[in-house]
Amino acid sequence: MNKILVAGKVEGIVLKSNDPINFLGTVDKKTGIITDKNHTLFEKSIKNSILVFPSGVGSSVGAYTIYSIKSNNTAPIAMICKKADLTVATGCALANIPLITITDEQFESIKTGMKVILDTDTTTLIHYQ
Amino acid sequence: MELTREEESALKGEQGEIMQMAYRILVATGEATDAEKLIPIEWAHLSGVNYNTIGDAGEEFLSTISKNARVIVKTTLNPMGFDIDNVSNYNLDENFISKQLSIRNSYVTMGVIPSFSCIPYEIFDIPKNGTQVAFAESNAAIHANSYDNLKTNKESAFSALASAIVGKSPYSSLRKEDTPNITIRMKIKNPDELTYGMLGFYAGKIGDTSVNISGLAKMDQRQCKAMCGGMGTSGTCAKFNFGEGDPNIEKIDFDEKEMLKVHDELNTAEKGDLITLGSPQLGLDEISDLTAKLKGRSFQKRCMVFLPRTVKEQAQKIGYITELERAGCEILSDCCTCLTPLICKDDIDAVTTNSIKGAFYLKNSNGIDVNLKSLKEIIEDETR
Repeated sequence: MNKILVAGKVEGIVLKSNDPINFLGTVDKKTGIITDKNHTLFEKSIKNSILVFPSGVGSSVGAYTIYSIKSNNTAPIAMICKKADLTVATGCALANIPLITITDEQFESIKTGMKVILDTDTTTLIHYQ
Repeated sequence: MELTREEESALKGEQGEIMQMAYRILVATGEATDAEKLIPIEWAHLSGVNYNTIGDAGEEFLSTISKNARVIVKTTLNPMGFDIDNVSNYNLDENFISKQLSIRNSYVTMGVIPSFSCIPYEIFDIPKNGTQVAFAESNAAIHANSYDNLKTNKESAFSALASAIVGKSPYSSLRKEDTPNITIRMKIKNPDELTYGMLGFYAGKIGDTSVNISGLAKMDQRQCKAMCGGMGTSGTCAKFNFGEGDPNIEKIDFDEKEMLKVHDELNTAEKGDLITLGSPQLGLDEISDLTAKLKGRSFQKRCMVFLPRTVKEQAQKIGYITELERAGCEILSDCCTCLTPLICKDDIDAVTTNSIKGAFYLKNSNGIDVNLKSLKEIIEDETR
């Protein structure tokens, strides 16, 4: 379902993960690099990406991690999830990172490397370029 | 989510950055939990206090926002990492202590009552029936909904803080009428607080937002708290409805077999190197009862007793604290077993406790094995 959790407008390149993300403990706050060996994004940086993933998992303290990576300029410029979980929702709200949820079909069609505009003031939300 | 004109203006930043952030948190939480509006709350209870859990990111965040943020409703606070009165007796580094004190100062600056307690329902007056509150501590949210006739969701540290700043919370889930879709039938005879803790833990795994529970005998405060603590640990569920509920919904028995499963999951040691009592922290009734049980007896190993500062002060006046210290108890206020930095796996292999909540966090956060025993067994086995 389409929901706007944190409003905003950004333009950038998609980085997609089919695995959920546990922000507490699997993201290096100084670099934005995923440090979990078992994660599909292992050794990739989420910095300045439009990060697309199913949902957040793990401790709600992970919201502070999202705030931290934003303060360190290593955060994604927007996040797009299938399901809204409270950790990612509050983390993005703290850090003022736009966050929306999308349908399963939309999630399937969006791919790493795509250039998109996310604009929560428009009805389609995501514009592919 | 429908916002009033004033709420819209705050979300746009017309009432300053702090209000904007607080509204962003409430709207994001509200959208995530399908709330249609915000409603006023009268009391917020915050988690996210212990430096052991929120770390540098949390400390910096609180330090930054405390310059401008102020709470506008009664706001109370969860335990922190230590008791300043005796922190020098424990092996905590200077950095931990200074960061923890910075967190305390940030909350006090924002106007929060520094209660450092996970049992606000026991140390503050309960508002009238049906009052909307915002409790982030899970055992307190469950107790408030199940026993105190208050209404709260199981808030996050952030939604509770935002609610304290704005004086409103998203109107979702347990704030509305709630009908559980499952009933747990308590089948264990002669339960003690450990049994109720395990029942709560089991219920938390099964329930979604609330569960019916039937077959309960009259419970004392220790048992009620154990059940709330157990439930808050294992899931997202935040309310017990007492009774069988709708005859058409699913019924599940909590019997010896199910209890053994929970016990085996959390009981990982035959004996402990030290004992902890309190998670949730002990109230005055429990301290009084413990004092009576320890009359003429002494612990043969360390026993840490966690309680709120207000309870410690009352207990001191009555003389309980002197008696407990004589029996070998270490009395700790402002902190709790749960997520304590005072018990370290370098020094301690296993802890004996009657707390399911304590057991879960000792195992999963401190990496320490746990030996589960009821208070009665602890007194029998560990004192002379």
